[in-house]
Amino acid sequence: MRNRRKLVACAFLLAGFHIAVLFAGFFAPYGYAAQDRELPFTPPTRVHFMDSQGHFHIRPFIYGWQSDASVSGSLQVDFTRYYPVRFFVQGTPHKVAGLFVSREHLFGVDEPGRIFILGTDAFGRDQFSRFLYGGQVSLLAGLLAAGLSVMFGVLIGAIAGFYGGWIDEGLMRSGELFLALPWLYLLFAVRAAMPLHVSQSQIFLLLVSVMGLIGWARPARLVRGVVLSAKERYFVLAARGFGASDAYLLRRHVLPQASGVALTQITLLIPQYVLAEVTLTFLGLGVSEPMPSWGSLLSSLQQYYVLSTYWWMFLPAVILIPLFLTYYLAADALQEHWKPVSL
Amino acid sequence: MGKFRLGELLALACAMAALCLFPSAVSPANGAREDLMVMENAAGKTGGRLVVALRSEPKTLNPVLAIDDPSRDVIRCLSGDLIHINRETLKTGPALAKSWNVSTDGRMYTLHLRQGLRFSDGEAFSADDVVFTFQVYLDENTHSPQRDLLVVGGKPIEVKKLDSSTVQFSLVQPYAAAERIFDGIAILPRHLLEKSYRAGEFSHTWSLSTPPNQFAGLGPFRLKEYIAGQRIVLEKNPYYWKQDSAGVRLPYFNELVFLFVPSEDAQVIRFEGGDTDILSRFSADNFGVLEKQQAAKNYHVEDLGAGLEYSFLFFNMNDLGSKALTGIAKKQLWFRDVRFRQAVSAAIDRTGIVRLVYNGRATPLWGQVTPGNKLWVDAALPHPTRSLERARQLLQSAGFSWTPEGTLVDSRGSEVEFSILTSASNAQRTKMATIIQDDLSRLGMKVQIVSLEFRAMVDRFLNTYDYEAAIMGLVSGDADPTAEMNVWVSSGETHLWDLEGKPSAPWESEMDRLMEQQLTTLDYSRRKQLYDRVQEIVADNLPVICLASPNVLVAARNRIGNFHPAILDPYALWNVEELYAH
Repeated sequence: MRNRRKLVACAFLLAGFHIAVLFAGFFAPYGYAAQDRELPFTPPTRVHFMDSQGHFHIRPFIYGWQSDASVSGSLQVDFTRYYPVRFFVQGTPHKVAGLFVSREHLFGVDEPGRIFILGTDAFGRDQFSRFLYGGQVSLLAGLLAAGLSVMFGVLIGAIAGFYGGWIDEGLMRSGELFLALPWLYLLFAVRAAMPLHVSQSQIFLLLVSVMGLIGWARPARLVRGVVLSAKERYFVLAARGFGASDAYLLRRHVLPQASGVALTQITLLIPQYVLAEVTLTFLGLGVSEPMPSWGSLLSSLQQYYVLSTYWWMFLPAVILIPLFLTYYLAADALQEHWKPVSL
Repeated sequence: MGKFRLGELLALACAMAALCLFPSAVSPANGAREDLMVMENAAGKTGGRLVVALRSEPKTLNPVLAIDDPSRDVIRCLSGDLIHINRETLKTGPALAKSWNVSTDGRMYTLHLRQGLRFSDGEAFSADDVVFTFQVYLDENTHSPQRDLLVVGGKPIEVKKLDSSTVQFSLVQPYAAAERIFDGIAILPRHLLEKSYRAGEFSHTWSLSTPPNQFAGLGPFRLKEYIAGQRIVLEKNPYYWKQDSAGVRLPYFNELVFLFVPSEDAQVIRFEGGDTDILSRFSADNFGVLEKQQAAKNYHVEDLGAGLEYSFLFFNMNDLGSKALTGIAKKQLWFRDVRFRQAVSAAIDRTGIVRLVYNGRATPLWGQVTPGNKLWVDAALPHPTRSLERARQLLQSAGFSWTPEGTLVDSRGSEVEFSILTSASNAQRTKMATIIQDDLSRLGMKVQIVSLEFRAMVDRFLNTYDYEAAIMGLVSGDADPTAEMNVWVSSGETHLWDLEGKPSAPWESEMDRLMEQQLTTLDYSRRKQLYDRVQEIVADNLPVICLASPNVLVAARNRIGNFHPAILDPYALWNVEELYAH
């Protein structure tokens, strides 16, 4: 029962996170490429209820910034300018889930005020908006790659486990070959072989697919193990005795027993592939400016001055920790959940 | 030569013996008094060691072959030249040549060498070494990168020894910057190198694996040890030919250590931590980091203002006739239209670049000469403010139009879309590209940024021509316009936007003519007029769209005396012999 509650909680958290990312345009106050060249490296905006005179306001508000444009880092809070935070405001147009155009945003402040929940980057772009939009790339990469590798893993693992013999040997040994492959160098090679004029998102999807395709070996091994034991079950043997075909047996009796393993694998692999995306972008193989991804948000931390001066640039990383933990908790809970079935 | 009497011979033998015993004794090998150069800087204190960081290991210690910065930084401390450019005044001054005369037609230079000097191994220096040096530099088989500088009017300069301390250089035509070409031509010790040169093995000599006792030079320091992957240690040259006003022989430091620290950030951290004494070539962002700590950690940072580096955007205007690059060839119709380039230039937010990329420590540029180059910058060059309105008008007049969604299309209806190439290792240029991408999106242009490894990028510029636009930066090696010949003359090797080798428009022919003319004009004000016109042509026709010039930033421990950084390379170590520790 406790496990079930854990599972539901994880599912809710993950669903919330994915909805926020899917509808990034609505939840983000600004576009991911909108630069404010007067406000580079602005710390997170403080949302106030009490004003400088000590009066309480029901509607939260923020103060404006004043900066000397000629000197960077001379930002100061301007207590004379006051902008209430408004909800369901009209702002820059965005596409909702890639389908239709809307101007609706969850929150915002009146122009020329600016609200930056996670601060801004070197170009004065809102880190919060970029984080949400960046999730679209990174989570898509994670889901796609995890889906691909588990799909191939299940297919190959099932065939290997079910038929055994030289098929099993062949498939599993080639799986080991893939495990031993230094995938990072493979990706460098793939990238180098492609022309300049392919759009960056296409390149990126291609790289992710390559990663997903070469990642099948680990899930395949697990599924093979499950199938090996499942095909010896009495009800499977009985079905075979009644003349069931291999395809029928696999579909109806064997693979369902591996579904728990597959699902657990997906939840484990998603964060791994999201991190792989971070690595790729960190190394300059990911999506290019101005499109953000979680990797590109973190890659600015490579620079010493960012690392030592602008603490809010760490915030995306801090938010990613609970996300990945939730994924792992979900994987854990799923495994618990499926255990009785597979025994 | 007269005959020696026995007594004289004995005296000579004694002198030679004394020489061997006391190598730092003043009495020179060839009997003449040692003609030391007296420096005017504040007298310092002898002793101690200076530690600086290099970005990578030098590739060679052979001055004739060195191309990379680390090699040249080390070699500069090991060698001397005849006439030297004073980094503070940007003017030429005596070095190994004590004085020189120029013939009235400007084609003959007679250099009078300092007498009685010795190489760092104690061997005498004479006119023969100078003649040998130029022979090596001018030999085509040596492949010296500096050879081009020594070829004037298509002919290599001729070198003749008049006597043991006088050398004559003749040129086929007058050459405005003739004195400046001697800067950086390291005088080689003939006694050490002639054998390998004659044997055709010069390209292998003086590599990093050569033992220190086989090196000798006329620089303030000499090689002591090299530890692969870690450091190069130089020690004081006891025969160095400069002394301070108090008569103390330079350099002051006993040792100069170059540590190999591979990245800028690591160099900044090691400087902050006190491992190195002087830091140059770092970004404005790191300047901001260092600035905060300077009082607490006993160092200071200095912003010297605009240097000689200029960054620019340029379009591929090469003739792609024989190459299978039809996609790029189509886009060249836009790139070759001056109104298109002017529109791009008008849309770029240069002040934004200065603020966001360089933290305000840079100067926006509209021409190739930076304000740091006070002798040559054309102050009358207009600085038009950014105007999207003007950019749109220019595009419209060139036949471009906009779709209802705001996308820019050319007269045939194709969308204006191109990529900008930058070097992945240069964060500043990638940032510039991001700003320009945003600026141009306001004109409806779709711009992609492609970051490539530096060598892969240069290969596209020089060999395959497979690129559309790119952001690059160049640093003049010298303030004089002759240093820029290879960029602005259409046959130049760094004429990046079009490497075909011949002018493709009337303004290019004019630029060729002007550059050749200033090269042979001796009068400064006349040359300035000619070069001003070149700057105007570049600003009007925009073969390259100049963006910004970063300030030269340096940092040094407070204990370092005589620290006078300059905007010319090597920014901080140019007077290394005069530096000392308090």
